[in-house]
Amino acid sequence: MFALVDCNNFYVSCERLFRPDLRRRPVVVLSNNDGCVVARSQEAKDLGIKMAVPYFQIRALIERHQVVVFSSNYTLYADISTRVMLVLEEMVPDMEVYSIDEAFLRLPDERAPLEERLEFGHKVRERLRCWLRIPVCVGIAPSKTLAKLANSAAKRDVASGGVVDLCDPHQREYLFAHTEVGEVWGVGRRTRDKLHAMGIRSVADLAHASPERIRRRFSVNLQRTVYELNGQPCFGLESSPTNKHQIICSRSFAQRITDFAELREAVCTYTVRAAEKLREQGQVASQVTVFIRTGAYSSNERHYSNAAQRRLDFPGNDTMALVGAATSALQSVWRQGYRYAKAGVMLSDLCPQQEAQPGLFDHTSAQRHNPALMQAVDALNRSGGGKIWFGSQGIKEDWRMKRAHLSPAYTTRWEDIPVVT
Amino acid sequence: MSAPKTVALEVFTPILNPDKSHCSIPMYADHVEAGFPSPAQDYVDQCMDLNELCIRHPATAFFVRVKGDSMLEGGIYDGDILIVEGSLDPRHGDIVVACIDDSLTVKRFELHPEPRLAPMNRAYQPVAINPDNEINIVGVVTNVIHPLR
Repeated sequence: MFALVDCNNFYVSCERLFRPDLRRRPVVVLSNNDGCVVARSQEAKDLGIKMAVPYFQIRALIERHQVVVFSSNYTLYADISTRVMLVLEEMVPDMEVYSIDEAFLRLPDERAPLEERLEFGHKVRERLRCWLRIPVCVGIAPSKTLAKLANSAAKRDVASGGVVDLCDPHQREYLFAHTEVGEVWGVGRRTRDKLHAMGIRSVADLAHASPERIRRRFSVNLQRTVYELNGQPCFGLESSPTNKHQIICSRSFAQRITDFAELREAVCTYTVRAAEKLREQGQVASQVTVFIRTGAYSSNERHYSNAAQRRLDFPGNDTMALVGAATSALQSVWRQGYRYAKAGVMLSDLCPQQEAQPGLFDHTSAQRHNPALMQAVDALNRSGGGKIWFGSQGIKEDWRMKRAHLSPAYTTRWEDIPVVT
Repeated sequence: MSAPKTVALEVFTPILNPDKSHCSIPMYADHVEAGFPSPAQDYVDQCMDLNELCIRHPATAFFVRVKGDSMLEGGIYDGDILIVEGSLDPRHGDIVVACIDDSLTVKRFELHPEPRLAPMNRAYQPVAINPDNEINIVGVVTNVIHPLR
Protein backbone atom coordinates (compact mmCIF):
# COMPACT_ATOMS: atom_id res chain seq x y z
CA MET A 1 0.00 0.00 0.00
CA PHE A 2 1.44 3.36 -1.07
CA ALA A 3 0.80 6.94 -0.08
CA LEU A 4 2.06 9.74 -2.28
CA VAL A 5 2.71 12.93 -0.35
CA ASP A 6 3.03 15.98 -2.61
CA CYS A 7 3.63 19.49 -1.29
CA ASN A 8 1.20 22.12 -2.59
CA ASN A 9 2.96 24.82 -4.66
CA PHE A 10 6.11 23.85 -2.77
CA TYR A 11 8.42 26.69 -3.80
CA VAL A 12 5.73 29.26 -3.04
CA SER A 13 5.04 27.63 0.35
CA CYS A 14 8.76 27.93 1.14
CA GLU A 15 8.84 31.60 0.13
CA ARG A 16 5.84 32.30 2.35
CA LEU A 17 7.22 30.56 5.45
CA PHE A 18 8.77 33.66 6.96
CA ARG A 19 6.74 36.25 5.06
CA PRO A 20 3.25 36.36 6.61
CA ASP A 21 2.57 39.47 4.52
CA LEU A 22 2.44 37.22 1.44
CA ARG A 23 -0.37 35.06 2.79
CA ARG A 24 -3.07 36.09 0.39
CA ARG A 25 -1.00 37.73 -2.29
CA PRO A 26 -0.33 36.23 -5.69
CA VAL A 27 3.22 34.82 -5.68
CA VAL A 28 5.26 33.28 -8.49
CA VAL A 29 8.72 31.70 -8.50
CA LEU A 30 10.90 31.92 -11.60
CA SER A 31 13.25 29.31 -13.01
CA ASN A 32 17.02 29.69 -13.05
CA ASN A 33 18.03 32.91 -14.77
CA ASP A 34 14.57 34.30 -14.04
CA GLY A 35 13.42 32.73 -17.29
CA CYS A 36 9.92 31.43 -16.75
CA VAL A 37 7.38 30.66 -14.08
CA VAL A 38 8.00 27.38 -12.23
CA ALA A 39 5.65 27.77 -9.25
CA ARG A 40 2.48 29.72 -8.60
CA SER A 41 0.34 30.40 -5.57
CA GLN A 42 -3.37 29.73 -5.93
CA GLU A 43 -3.93 33.48 -6.29
CA ALA A 44 -1.47 33.59 -9.19
CA LYS A 45 -3.17 30.62 -10.84
CA ASP A 46 -6.48 32.42 -10.47
CA LEU A 47 -5.01 35.38 -12.37
CA GLY A 48 -4.49 33.03 -15.29
CA ILE A 49 -0.70 32.80 -14.98
CA LYS A 50 0.25 29.50 -16.57
CA MET A 51 3.06 27.15 -15.65
CA ALA A 52 6.29 27.67 -17.63
CA VAL A 53 5.18 30.95 -19.17
CA PRO A 54 8.19 33.24 -19.88
CA TYR A 55 8.58 36.01 -17.31
CA PHE A 56 8.69 38.83 -19.87
CA GLN A 57 5.30 37.81 -21.23
CA ILE A 58 3.53 38.42 -17.92
CA ARG A 59 5.37 41.57 -16.83
CA ALA A 60 2.33 43.78 -17.41
CA LEU A 61 0.04 41.38 -15.54
CA ILE A 62 2.51 41.28 -12.65
CA GLU A 63 2.56 45.09 -12.40
CA ARG A 64 -1.19 45.39 -12.60
CA HIS A 65 -1.94 42.83 -9.90
CA GLN A 66 1.16 43.40 -7.80
CA VAL A 67 2.23 39.81 -8.10
CA VAL A 68 5.21 39.06 -5.86
CA VAL A 69 8.06 37.55 -7.87
CA PHE A 70 10.91 35.38 -6.57
CA SER A 71 13.97 33.88 -8.19
CA SER A 72 14.47 30.19 -7.40
CA ASN A 73 16.08 29.89 -3.98
CA TYR A 74 17.23 26.28 -4.15
CA THR A 75 19.19 26.58 -0.91
CA LEU A 76 15.95 27.30 0.93
CA TYR A 77 13.87 24.73 -0.98
CA ALA A 78 16.44 21.96 -0.49
CA ASP A 79 16.61 22.64 3.25
CA ILE A 80 12.83 22.68 3.70
CA SER A 81 12.55 19.58 1.51
CA THR A 82 15.04 17.74 3.73
CA ARG A 83 12.98 18.68 6.77
CA VAL A 84 9.74 17.47 5.16
CA MET A 85 11.38 14.15 4.29
CA LEU A 86 12.82 13.75 7.81
CA VAL A 87 9.42 14.28 9.40
CA LEU A 88 7.83 11.78 6.99
CA GLU A 89 10.58 9.26 7.61
CA GLU A 90 9.65 9.14 11.29
CA MET A 91 6.11 8.14 10.39
CA VAL A 92 6.59 5.14 8.08
CA PRO A 93 8.67 1.97 7.79
CA ASP A 94 9.97 2.81 4.31
CA MET A 95 9.78 5.60 1.77
CA GLU A 96 11.15 6.90 -1.51
CA VAL A 97 12.04 10.54 -1.96
CA TYR A 98 10.66 10.93 -5.47
CA SER A 99 11.44 14.58 -6.06
CA ILE A 100 12.17 17.74 -4.11
CA ASP A 101 8.50 17.97 -3.09
CA GLU A 102 7.11 14.44 -3.41
CA ALA A 103 7.61 11.19 -1.53
CA PHE A 104 6.09 7.75 -1.82
CA LEU A 105 5.47 6.21 1.59
CA ARG A 106 4.85 2.60 2.45
CA LEU A 107 1.91 2.60 4.85
CA PRO A 108 2.77 1.43 8.38
CA ASP A 109 -0.03 -1.14 8.25
CA GLU A 110 -0.58 -2.72 4.83
CA ARG A 111 -3.96 -4.12 5.81
CA ALA A 112 -5.39 -1.13 7.59
CA PRO A 113 -9.07 -0.54 6.79
CA LEU A 114 -10.20 2.56 4.90
CA GLU A 115 -10.86 4.72 7.99
CA GLU A 116 -7.39 4.02 9.34
CA ARG A 117 -5.77 4.77 5.99
CA LEU A 118 -7.58 8.08 5.76
CA GLU A 119 -6.69 8.84 9.35
CA PHE A 120 -3.05 8.21 8.54
CA GLY A 121 -3.24 10.54 5.54
CA HIS A 122 -4.72 13.31 7.65
CA LYS A 123 -2.11 12.76 10.33
CA VAL A 124 0.65 13.27 7.74
CA ARG A 125 -1.03 16.46 6.53
CA GLU A 126 -1.57 17.81 10.02
CA ARG A 127 1.95 17.10 11.15
CA LEU A 128 3.58 18.84 8.21
CA ARG A 129 1.19 21.75 8.57
CA CYS A 130 1.80 22.19 12.31
CA TRP A 131 5.48 21.35 12.51
CA LEU A 132 6.80 22.85 9.28
CA ARG A 133 3.83 24.90 8.00
CA ILE A 134 4.09 23.14 4.64
CA PRO A 135 0.71 22.20 3.12
CA VAL A 136 0.56 18.83 1.36
CA CYS A 137 -1.96 16.48 -0.21
CA VAL A 138 -1.94 12.72 0.23
CA GLY A 139 -3.07 10.05 -2.24
CA ILE A 140 -3.40 6.48 -0.98
CA ALA A 141 -3.69 3.41 -3.20
CA PRO A 142 -2.36 -0.12 -3.77
CA SER A 143 -0.06 1.02 -6.61
CA LYS A 144 2.15 4.05 -7.19
CA THR A 145 0.32 4.99 -10.40
CA LEU A 146 -3.00 5.01 -8.52
CA ALA A 147 -1.46 6.90 -5.62
CA LYS A 148 -0.40 9.60 -8.10
CA LEU A 149 -3.94 9.88 -9.45
CA ALA A 150 -5.35 9.88 -5.92
CA ASN A 151 -3.01 12.73 -5.06
CA SER A 152 -4.05 14.91 -7.97
CA ALA A 153 -7.68 14.19 -7.10
CA ALA A 154 -6.96 15.32 -3.55
CA LYS A 155 -5.40 18.54 -4.89
CA ARG A 156 -8.35 19.32 -7.17
CA ASP A 157 -11.18 18.36 -4.84
CA VAL A 158 -11.33 20.71 -1.87
CA ALA A 159 -14.03 18.57 -0.24
CA SER A 160 -11.55 15.71 0.12
CA GLY A 161 -9.72 17.60 2.85
CA GLY A 162 -6.47 16.89 1.04
CA VAL A 163 -6.58 13.10 1.36
CA VAL A 164 -7.97 10.71 -1.26
CA ASP A 165 -7.94 6.92 -1.07
CA LEU A 166 -8.35 4.93 -4.30
CA CYS A 167 -8.26 1.40 -2.97
CA ASP A 168 -11.86 0.64 -3.84
CA PRO A 169 -12.22 -0.22 -7.57
CA HIS A 170 -15.80 1.09 -7.62
CA GLN A 171 -14.63 4.44 -6.35
CA ARG A 172 -12.03 4.60 -9.10
CA GLU A 173 -14.58 4.21 -11.87
CA TYR A 174 -16.02 7.71 -11.69
CA LEU A 175 -12.62 9.35 -11.45
CA PHE A 176 -11.22 7.22 -14.28
CA ALA A 177 -14.10 8.05 -16.61
CA HIS A 178 -13.63 11.78 -16.02
CA THR A 179 -9.84 11.96 -16.16
CA GLU A 180 -7.88 12.46 -19.34
CA VAL A 181 -5.44 9.64 -20.11
CA GLY A 182 -2.58 12.15 -20.33
CA GLU A 183 -2.88 12.67 -16.58
CA VAL A 184 -1.60 9.17 -15.90
CA TRP A 185 1.90 8.90 -14.46
CA GLY A 186 4.32 7.98 -17.23
CA VAL A 187 2.01 8.89 -20.12
CA GLY A 188 3.84 11.65 -21.97
CA ARG A 189 2.49 13.82 -24.73
CA ARG A 190 3.53 11.52 -27.55
CA THR A 191 2.10 8.42 -25.88
CA ARG A 192 -1.10 10.30 -25.17
CA ASP A 193 -1.52 11.28 -28.82
CA LYS A 194 -0.92 7.72 -29.92
CA LEU A 195 -3.44 6.46 -27.35
CA HIS A 196 -5.96 9.01 -28.55
CA ALA A 197 -5.51 7.75 -32.11
CA MET A 198 -6.39 4.27 -30.81
CA GLY A 199 -9.55 5.64 -29.21
CA ILE A 200 -8.13 5.52 -25.70
CA ARG A 201 -9.03 8.91 -24.27
CA SER A 202 -9.86 8.53 -20.59
CA VAL A 203 -8.04 6.74 -17.80
CA ALA A 204 -10.93 4.28 -17.80
CA ASP A 205 -10.20 3.44 -21.45
CA LEU A 206 -6.57 2.68 -20.62
CA ALA A 207 -7.44 0.69 -17.50
CA HIS A 208 -9.78 -1.50 -19.57
CA ALA A 209 -7.39 -1.90 -22.50
CA SER A 210 -5.78 -5.26 -23.14
CA PRO A 211 -2.39 -5.24 -21.41
CA GLU A 212 -0.98 -7.48 -24.16
CA ARG A 213 -2.04 -5.08 -26.87
CA ILE A 214 -0.60 -2.14 -24.97
CA ARG A 215 2.72 -3.94 -24.61
CA ARG A 216 2.85 -4.70 -28.34
CA ARG A 217 1.95 -1.16 -29.40
CA PHE A 218 3.94 0.68 -26.73
CA SER A 219 6.20 -0.80 -24.11
CA VAL A 220 6.41 -3.06 -21.12
CA ASN A 221 6.31 0.05 -18.95
CA LEU A 222 2.92 1.12 -20.28
CA GLN A 223 1.66 -2.43 -19.87
CA ARG A 224 2.72 -2.22 -16.24
CA THR A 225 0.85 1.06 -16.00
CA VAL A 226 -2.32 -0.77 -17.10
CA TYR A 227 -1.83 -3.32 -14.33
CA GLU A 228 -1.12 -0.57 -11.86
CA LEU A 229 -4.35 1.20 -12.79
CA ASN A 230 -6.16 -2.01 -11.94
CA GLY A 231 -4.63 -2.14 -8.50
CA GLN A 232 -1.78 -4.56 -9.18
CA PRO A 233 1.45 -2.93 -8.07
CA CYS A 234 4.32 -3.29 -10.59
CA PHE A 235 6.51 -0.39 -9.53
CA GLY A 236 8.04 -0.77 -6.09
CA LEU A 237 9.72 1.98 -4.15
CA GLU A 238 12.60 3.38 -6.23
CA SER A 239 11.16 2.33 -9.59
CA SER A 240 9.04 4.38 -11.95
CA PRO A 241 7.73 4.48 -15.53
CA THR A 242 8.90 7.96 -16.38
CA ASN A 243 11.64 10.54 -16.51
CA LYS A 244 12.09 12.45 -13.34
CA HIS A 245 12.52 16.17 -12.82
CA GLN A 246 15.21 15.48 -10.30
CA ILE A 247 17.18 12.32 -9.86
CA ILE A 248 17.77 11.38 -6.28
CA CYS A 249 19.96 8.53 -5.08
CA SER A 250 20.00 8.18 -1.34
CA ARG A 251 20.30 5.35 1.08
CA SER A 252 20.58 4.68 4.75
CA PHE A 253 23.81 2.93 5.58
CA ALA A 254 23.80 -0.54 7.02
CA GLN A 255 26.25 0.72 9.62
CA ARG A 256 27.02 4.24 10.72
CA ILE A 257 29.88 5.88 8.85
CA THR A 258 32.39 8.05 10.72
CA ASP A 259 35.19 8.20 8.19
CA PHE A 260 35.37 10.81 5.42
CA ALA A 261 36.87 8.47 2.84
CA GLU A 262 34.09 5.97 3.42
CA LEU A 263 31.39 8.62 3.19
CA ARG A 264 32.94 9.99 0.02
CA GLU A 265 32.89 6.50 -1.43
CA ALA A 266 29.18 6.21 -0.69
CA VAL A 267 28.42 9.62 -2.17
CA CYS A 268 30.45 8.79 -5.28
CA THR A 269 28.59 5.51 -5.68
CA TYR A 270 25.26 7.34 -5.53
CA THR A 271 26.51 9.94 -7.97
CA VAL A 272 27.63 7.28 -10.43
CA ARG A 273 24.23 5.66 -10.20
CA ALA A 274 22.41 8.95 -10.55
CA ALA A 275 24.55 9.80 -13.59
CA GLU A 276 23.59 6.47 -15.14
CA LYS A 277 19.93 7.23 -14.60
CA LEU A 278 20.45 10.67 -16.07
CA ARG A 279 21.99 9.28 -19.26
CA GLU A 280 19.30 6.64 -19.45
CA GLN A 281 16.77 9.46 -19.54
CA GLY A 282 18.80 11.20 -22.24
CA GLN A 283 19.14 14.24 -20.03
CA VAL A 284 21.78 16.56 -18.66
CA ALA A 285 21.91 18.20 -15.23
CA SER A 286 23.14 21.62 -14.15
CA GLN A 287 23.07 21.19 -10.41
CA VAL A 288 24.32 18.61 -7.95
CA THR A 289 23.14 18.55 -4.34
CA VAL A 290 24.71 16.37 -1.68
CA PHE A 291 23.08 15.79 1.68
CA ILE A 292 24.36 13.90 4.68
CA ARG A 293 22.92 13.31 8.09
CA THR A 294 23.25 11.37 11.32
CA GLY A 295 20.53 9.10 12.75
CA ALA A 296 16.94 10.12 13.40
CA TYR A 297 16.54 12.52 16.27
CA SER A 298 14.99 9.91 18.52
CA SER A 299 18.27 8.05 18.79
CA ASN A 300 20.70 9.16 21.44
CA GLU A 301 23.30 10.34 18.99
CA ARG A 302 24.56 13.81 18.33
CA HIS A 303 22.60 15.15 15.43
CA TYR A 304 23.94 16.81 12.33
CA SER A 305 22.48 17.23 8.90
CA ASN A 306 23.46 19.46 6.08
CA ALA A 307 23.31 19.84 2.33
CA ALA A 308 25.29 21.71 -0.27
CA GLN A 309 24.82 22.45 -3.94
CA ARG A 310 27.25 22.84 -6.78
CA ARG A 311 26.40 24.17 -10.20
CA LEU A 312 28.17 22.59 -13.11
CA ASP A 313 30.11 24.86 -15.44
CA PHE A 314 27.81 23.66 -18.17
CA PRO A 315 24.90 21.18 -18.12
CA GLY A 316 26.19 17.66 -18.51
CA ASN A 317 25.84 14.00 -17.73
CA ASP A 318 29.49 13.13 -17.59
CA THR A 319 30.12 11.02 -14.52
CA MET A 320 33.53 12.56 -13.89
CA ALA A 321 32.15 16.07 -13.81
CA LEU A 322 29.23 15.08 -11.59
CA VAL A 323 31.44 13.16 -9.19
CA GLY A 324 33.77 16.15 -9.01
CA ALA A 325 30.91 18.47 -8.13
CA ALA A 326 29.47 16.01 -5.61
CA THR A 327 32.84 15.55 -3.90
CA SER A 328 33.32 19.28 -3.62
CA ALA A 329 29.83 19.67 -2.14
CA LEU A 330 30.48 16.85 0.31
CA GLN A 331 33.71 18.45 1.46
CA SER A 332 31.87 21.61 2.38
CA VAL A 333 29.28 19.87 4.58
CA TRP A 334 31.44 17.13 6.09
CA ARG A 335 32.07 17.50 9.82
CA GLN A 336 34.35 15.22 11.76
CA GLY A 337 33.02 13.46 14.83
CA TYR A 338 29.54 12.44 13.77
CA ARG A 339 28.10 9.02 13.07
CA TYR A 340 26.50 9.38 9.65
CA ALA A 341 23.42 7.29 8.93
CA LYS A 342 22.42 8.48 5.51
CA ALA A 343 23.70 10.34 2.49
CA GLY A 344 22.22 11.22 -0.84
CA VAL A 345 22.83 12.91 -4.12
CA MET A 346 20.31 14.89 -6.11
CA LEU A 347 20.78 15.94 -9.72
CA SER A 348 18.48 18.79 -10.65
CA ASP A 349 17.77 21.44 -13.21
CA LEU A 350 17.51 18.68 -15.80
CA CYS A 351 16.86 19.12 -19.48
CA PRO A 352 17.05 16.91 -22.54
CA GLN A 353 20.55 16.57 -23.93
CA GLN A 354 19.58 18.08 -27.31
CA GLU A 355 18.08 21.12 -25.64
CA ALA A 356 21.08 21.82 -23.44
CA GLN A 357 22.24 25.38 -23.99
CA PRO A 358 25.24 25.00 -26.25
CA GLY A 359 28.37 26.24 -24.63
CA LEU A 360 27.15 29.21 -22.62
CA PHE A 361 29.90 28.33 -20.22
CA ASP A 362 32.34 26.78 -22.63
CA HIS A 363 34.87 29.50 -22.23
CA THR A 364 35.60 28.29 -18.71
CA SER A 365 36.60 24.87 -19.97
CA ALA A 366 38.55 26.44 -22.79
CA GLN A 367 40.33 28.53 -20.21
CA ARG A 368 41.72 25.43 -18.59
CA HIS A 369 43.12 24.12 -21.81
CA ASN A 370 44.46 27.24 -23.36
CA PRO A 371 45.67 29.71 -20.78
CA ALA A 372 47.73 31.75 -23.27
CA LEU A 373 44.71 32.44 -25.44
CA MET A 374 42.70 33.36 -22.40
CA GLN A 375 45.31 35.81 -21.24
CA ALA A 376 45.32 37.45 -24.65
CA VAL A 377 41.53 37.72 -24.62
CA ASP A 378 41.46 39.09 -21.11
CA ALA A 379 44.11 41.66 -21.97
CA LEU A 380 42.12 42.81 -24.97
CA ASN A 381 38.92 43.07 -22.97
CA ARG A 382 40.60 44.93 -20.14
CA SER A 383 42.24 47.44 -22.49
CA GLY A 384 38.89 49.07 -23.04
CA GLY A 385 39.54 49.19 -26.77
CA GLY A 386 37.07 46.50 -27.62
CA LYS A 387 35.41 43.31 -26.61
CA ILE A 388 36.12 39.84 -27.74
CA TRP A 389 34.29 36.67 -26.83
CA PHE A 390 33.86 33.15 -28.03
CA GLY A 391 31.22 32.16 -30.50
CA SER A 392 30.22 29.35 -28.22
CA GLN A 393 29.27 31.88 -25.57
CA GLY A 394 26.40 32.93 -27.75
CA ILE A 395 25.49 36.54 -28.32
CA LYS A 396 24.25 36.97 -24.77
CA GLU A 397 27.16 38.51 -22.97
CA ASP A 398 26.32 38.11 -19.35
CA TRP A 399 25.71 34.43 -18.81
CA ARG A 400 25.96 34.51 -15.06
CA MET A 401 22.82 33.28 -13.44
CA LYS A 402 20.35 36.06 -13.04
CA ARG A 403 18.57 35.98 -9.73
CA ALA A 404 17.22 39.45 -9.30
CA HIS A 405 14.43 38.41 -6.94
CA LEU A 406 16.24 36.02 -4.62
CA SER A 407 14.88 35.65 -1.08
CA PRO A 408 17.18 35.15 1.93
CA ALA A 409 18.48 31.70 2.90
CA TYR A 410 16.31 31.90 6.05
CA THR A 411 17.20 28.53 7.49
CA THR A 412 20.78 27.96 6.43
CA ARG A 413 22.73 31.21 6.74
CA TRP A 414 23.27 33.22 9.94
CA GLU A 415 23.10 36.59 8.17
CA ASP A 416 19.76 35.59 6.64
CA ILE A 417 17.75 34.30 9.60
CA PRO A 418 14.29 35.85 9.93
CA VAL A 419 13.79 38.90 12.16
CA VAL A 420 11.03 38.92 14.79
CA THR A 421 9.79 41.99 16.63
CA MET B 1 1.80 -6.73 8.28
CA SER B 2 4.41 -4.08 7.85
CA ALA B 3 7.37 -4.68 5.60
CA PRO B 4 10.70 -4.75 7.39
CA LYS B 5 12.92 -1.78 6.69
CA THR B 6 15.48 -3.08 4.26
CA VAL B 7 17.41 -0.02 3.28
CA ALA B 8 21.09 -0.75 3.19
CA LEU B 9 24.16 -0.08 1.17
CA GLU B 10 24.47 -2.30 -1.80
CA VAL B 11 27.53 -4.45 -1.31
CA PHE B 12 29.74 -5.13 -4.28
CA THR B 13 31.86 -8.23 -3.89
CA PRO B 14 34.74 -9.12 -6.17
CA ILE B 15 34.27 -12.10 -8.49
CA LEU B 16 36.24 -14.91 -6.99
CA ASN B 17 38.87 -16.55 -9.09
CA PRO B 18 37.18 -19.77 -10.27
CA ASP B 19 40.29 -21.94 -10.30
CA LYS B 20 41.09 -20.92 -6.75
CA SER B 21 44.75 -21.00 -7.60
CA HIS B 22 45.34 -18.36 -5.01
CA CYS B 23 43.46 -16.85 -2.18
CA SER B 24 44.07 -13.48 -0.63
CA ILE B 25 44.68 -13.05 3.06
CA PRO B 26 43.66 -9.75 4.52
CA MET B 27 46.46 -7.68 5.92
CA TYR B 28 45.69 -5.72 9.02
CA ALA B 29 47.28 -2.32 8.87
CA ASP B 30 46.37 -1.52 12.45
CA HIS B 31 49.11 -1.89 14.97
CA VAL B 32 48.62 -4.29 17.84
CA GLU B 33 48.77 -2.94 21.36
CA ALA B 34 51.42 -4.38 23.57
CA GLY B 35 51.52 -3.58 27.25
CA PHE B 36 48.72 -2.00 29.22
CA PRO B 37 46.02 -0.02 27.46
CA SER B 38 45.64 3.55 28.58
CA PRO B 39 43.48 3.58 31.71
CA ALA B 40 41.68 6.66 30.34
CA GLN B 41 40.66 5.01 27.09
CA ASP B 42 37.27 3.81 28.25
CA TYR B 43 36.44 7.23 29.62
CA VAL B 44 36.81 9.23 26.41
CA ASP B 45 33.63 11.20 25.75
CA GLN B 46 32.46 12.71 22.54
CA CYS B 47 32.91 16.46 22.60
CA MET B 48 29.92 18.37 23.89
CA ASP B 49 27.56 19.69 21.31
CA LEU B 50 25.35 22.72 21.95
CA ASN B 51 22.85 21.57 19.34
CA GLU B 52 22.28 18.45 21.33
CA LEU B 53 21.59 20.53 24.41
CA CYS B 54 19.36 23.15 22.80
CA ILE B 55 17.53 21.45 19.96
CA ARG B 56 15.03 18.68 20.51
CA HIS B 57 13.84 18.12 16.98
CA PRO B 58 16.36 19.42 14.42
CA ALA B 59 14.02 18.92 11.44
CA THR B 60 11.57 21.48 12.82
CA ALA B 61 14.00 23.88 14.53
CA PHE B 62 15.17 27.21 13.16
CA PHE B 63 16.67 30.46 14.37
CA VAL B 64 15.33 34.00 14.39
CA ARG B 65 16.90 37.31 15.41
CA VAL B 66 15.09 39.65 17.79
CA LYS B 67 14.57 43.27 16.90
CA GLY B 68 13.20 45.70 19.47
CA ASP B 69 12.49 45.70 23.19
CA SER B 70 8.98 44.22 23.51
CA MET B 71 10.27 41.21 25.49
CA LEU B 72 12.74 42.98 27.80
CA GLU B 73 11.14 41.69 31.02
CA GLY B 74 11.37 38.15 29.70
CA GLY B 75 15.15 38.54 29.40
CA ILE B 76 15.00 38.75 25.60
CA TYR B 77 16.96 41.70 24.21
CA ASP B 78 17.41 43.42 20.89
CA GLY B 79 19.78 41.37 18.73
CA ASP B 80 19.34 38.09 20.61
CA ILE B 81 18.96 34.89 18.65
CA LEU B 82 16.08 32.57 19.50
CA ILE B 83 15.85 28.85 18.89
CA VAL B 84 12.32 28.06 17.73
CA GLU B 85 10.82 24.59 17.44
CA GLY B 86 7.78 23.94 15.28
CA SER B 87 7.07 20.49 16.70
CA LEU B 88 6.22 21.69 20.22
CA ASP B 89 2.64 22.45 21.23
CA PRO B 90 2.50 25.85 22.92
CA ARG B 91 1.52 25.76 26.60
CA HIS B 92 0.45 28.59 28.85
CA GLY B 93 3.48 30.73 29.64
CA ASP B 94 5.59 29.59 26.70
CA ILE B 95 7.43 32.17 24.64
CA VAL B 96 6.32 31.72 21.04
CA VAL B 97 7.02 33.12 17.60
CA ALA B 98 3.78 33.95 15.82
CA CYS B 99 2.49 35.65 12.72
CA ILE B 100 0.25 38.52 13.74
CA ASP B 101 -1.23 40.35 10.78
CA ASP B 102 1.70 40.75 8.44
CA SER B 103 4.68 40.36 10.70
CA LEU B 104 6.66 37.77 12.62
CA THR B 105 6.66 38.50 16.31
CA VAL B 106 7.82 37.01 19.61
CA LYS B 107 5.32 37.01 22.49
CA ARG B 108 4.32 35.18 25.65
CA PHE B 109 1.53 32.67 25.00
CA GLU B 110 -1.20 32.91 27.64
CA LEU B 111 -4.38 30.87 27.96
CA HIS B 112 -5.89 32.44 31.09
CA PRO B 113 -7.61 34.60 32.09
CA GLU B 114 -8.10 34.72 28.33
CA PRO B 115 -6.16 33.43 25.31
CA ARG B 116 -3.72 36.10 24.18
CA LEU B 117 -0.22 36.86 23.03
CA ALA B 118 1.37 39.21 25.51
CA PRO B 119 4.52 41.30 25.15
CA MET B 120 6.79 41.40 28.21
CA ASN B 121 7.18 45.15 28.33
CA ARG B 122 4.48 47.42 29.70
CA ALA B 123 4.93 49.85 26.83
CA TYR B 124 3.26 47.35 24.46
CA GLN B 125 -0.26 45.98 24.17
CA PRO B 126 -1.24 42.29 24.19
CA VAL B 127 -3.14 40.79 21.26
CA ALA B 128 -6.20 38.66 21.98
CA ILE B 129 -6.38 35.25 20.32
CA ASN B 130 -9.85 34.96 18.84
CA PRO B 131 -11.42 34.05 15.52
CA ASP B 132 -11.45 37.73 14.46
CA ASN B 133 -7.73 38.17 14.11
CA GLU B 134 -5.50 35.96 12.11
CA ILE B 135 -2.84 34.50 14.38
CA ASN B 136 -0.62 31.67 13.41
CA ILE B 137 1.83 30.18 15.90
CA VAL B 138 5.08 29.38 14.13
CA GLY B 139 6.78 27.61 17.02
CA VAL B 140 7.83 27.60 20.64
CA VAL B 141 11.03 29.37 21.69
CA THR B 142 13.17 26.92 23.63
CA ASN B 143 16.37 28.93 24.12
CA VAL B 144 17.72 32.44 23.92
CA ILE B 145 21.24 33.12 22.71
CA HIS B 146 22.38 36.36 24.27
CA PRO B 147 26.02 37.31 23.71
CA LEU B 148 27.65 39.14 26.63
CA ARG B 149 30.63 40.53 24.74
